[in-house]
Amino acid sequence: MSVVVAKNIRKSFGALEVLKGVSLTVEGGEVVALIGRSGSGKSTFLRCLNGLESVDSGEIEVAGHGMSRKPAELRQLRRDVGIVFQSYNLFPHLTAGENIMLAPVQVKCMGKDAARAEAKRCLALVGLGDRFEAYPDMLSGGQQQRVAIARSLAMQPKVMLFDEVTSALDPELTGEVLAVIENLARDGMTMLLVTHEMGFARRVANRTIFMKDGVIHEEGPSAEFFSAPKTPELQAFLRSEVG
Amino acid sequence: MRTFGSPEFLFIVYALRWTLSLTVLAFVGGGIMGIVLALLRIARSRTLRTITSFYMQVIQGLPLLVLLFLCYYAPSLFGIEIAALTAAAIALTINSSAFLGAIWESALRAIPKAQWESADALALTPYKTLRFVIAPQAIRLALPSTVGFLVQIIKQTSLASIIGFIEITRAGQLVSNATFEPLKAFLSVAALYFAVCFPLTQFSLWLERRTARRGAGT
Ligand SMILES: Nc1ncnc2c1ncn2[C@@H]1O[C@H](COP(=O)(O)OP(=O)(O)OP(=O)(O)O)[C@@H](O)[C@H]1O
Ligand SMILES: [Mg+2]
Repeated sequence: MSVVVAKNIRKSFGALEVLKGVSLTVEGGEVVALIGRSGSGKSTFLRCLNGLESVDSGEIEVAGHGMSRKPAELRQLRRDVGIVFQSYNLFPHLTAGENIMLAPVQVKCMGKDAARAEAKRCLALVGLGDRFEAYPDMLSGGQQQRVAIARSLAMQPKVMLFDEVTSALDPELTGEVLAVIENLARDGMTMLLVTHEMGFARRVANRTIFMKDGVIHEEGPSAEFFSAPKTPELQAFLRSEVG
Repeated sequence: MRTFGSPEFLFIVYALRWTLSLTVLAFVGGGIMGIVLALLRIARSRTLRTITSFYMQVIQGLPLLVLLFLCYYAPSLFGIEIAALTAAAIALTINSSAFLGAIWESALRAIPKAQWESADALALTPYKTLRFVIAPQAIRLALPSTVGFLVQIIKQTSLASIIGFIEITRAGQLVSNATFEPLKAFLSVAALYFAVCFPLTQFSLWLERRTARRGAGT
């Protein structure tokens, strides 16, 4: 069953057309990596999928919800879509545990005790079972990002979107975050991730997509995509990324 | 002629309850209105934002004394007698609302947009986002300036003496007229203002240091 269906998405910011007809389908359990140069529209596309940006034209269906402009319908969709940003964006006045409990309690009307148990489970999942009471500013960047992932997971989303979640981290901290994502992949979570970690995309993603100038320029199963890129643009991009 | 003694001093001290009552009225009234103004300033509707901003700028540009006279004399044009306390409370409330509204507006704006977005992405309603994510952070940020403005209100209540409301400044004036000892009278008044304001100022400074420390991430 397709968890994400995007058909011919177009999106402009003023005169700048950022997405020029992007179509993508992600099946349940599939991990899809999205790569491309800065400004190619990767983040914008991801943000369209949970309605943080509205599209100008095209169709989006995520986890069985059609994209809607009605706030209540949009919230229904967002309950099933987790998103994690580059900058973690934890709520600084709440502990790690409270960060995670907030949405289950306030959105799903889960009881406090059940939510606490769920938060503990999600923290353990990201390897932070002992940091329930820690405030974000007491945690390292990598730990904060893992709490952010746990916060999304606590809503039991049907799909997770990751937008360069390791780009703000020191190299020695990216590994622990990538390991968490890899575990999720192994557990069958459907994921769409924008990344600059080519090795990770190649290893973990079933499929990789190269975006260029607001369109999908090339895509394919990760193994072939990286070993035998077809278009000269992707070949050039991969060369530049490897350095 | 009377000399300045403890009955005179006590007369001024008793008037302190009116200074404080007026302060509480202005702070509570201005606070409630200020919350509404701050929220209107971040509303979706551009019209609401513009109207609110216009109101706040007009009030901030108006000398409090003029506002006080307007509140005191305007009702009499319609044949309504208004008590000095009521007029002063209304004027101070209106004045405080504009300033507290501005303080809280900037605190709300200081919370990164990413916080709203994260809450949005977690499917929280705008109201719950404000209540559980934005407001707690904004309140913490705005607390020092809010306490600082409370001190301003306390001092501003002295203007109500001009329309004959007997708070401590007016009480000092009465004692001074009766005793011809203005220095003693007004030094007593000053001491009382100091006794009330100084702890609050210290509290505000402490809050500010605490906020700065948290901001530095320690
Ligand atoms: N809210 C916005 N308003 C105006 N322009 C925007 C907005 N968001 C993105 N853009 C522009 O759209 C283009 C695509 O941005 P986007 O963030 O989607 O790129 P990206 O592929 O994620 O790049 P990066 O790798 O740097 O994150 C950029 O030129 C950017 O400046
Ligand atoms: Mg981006």
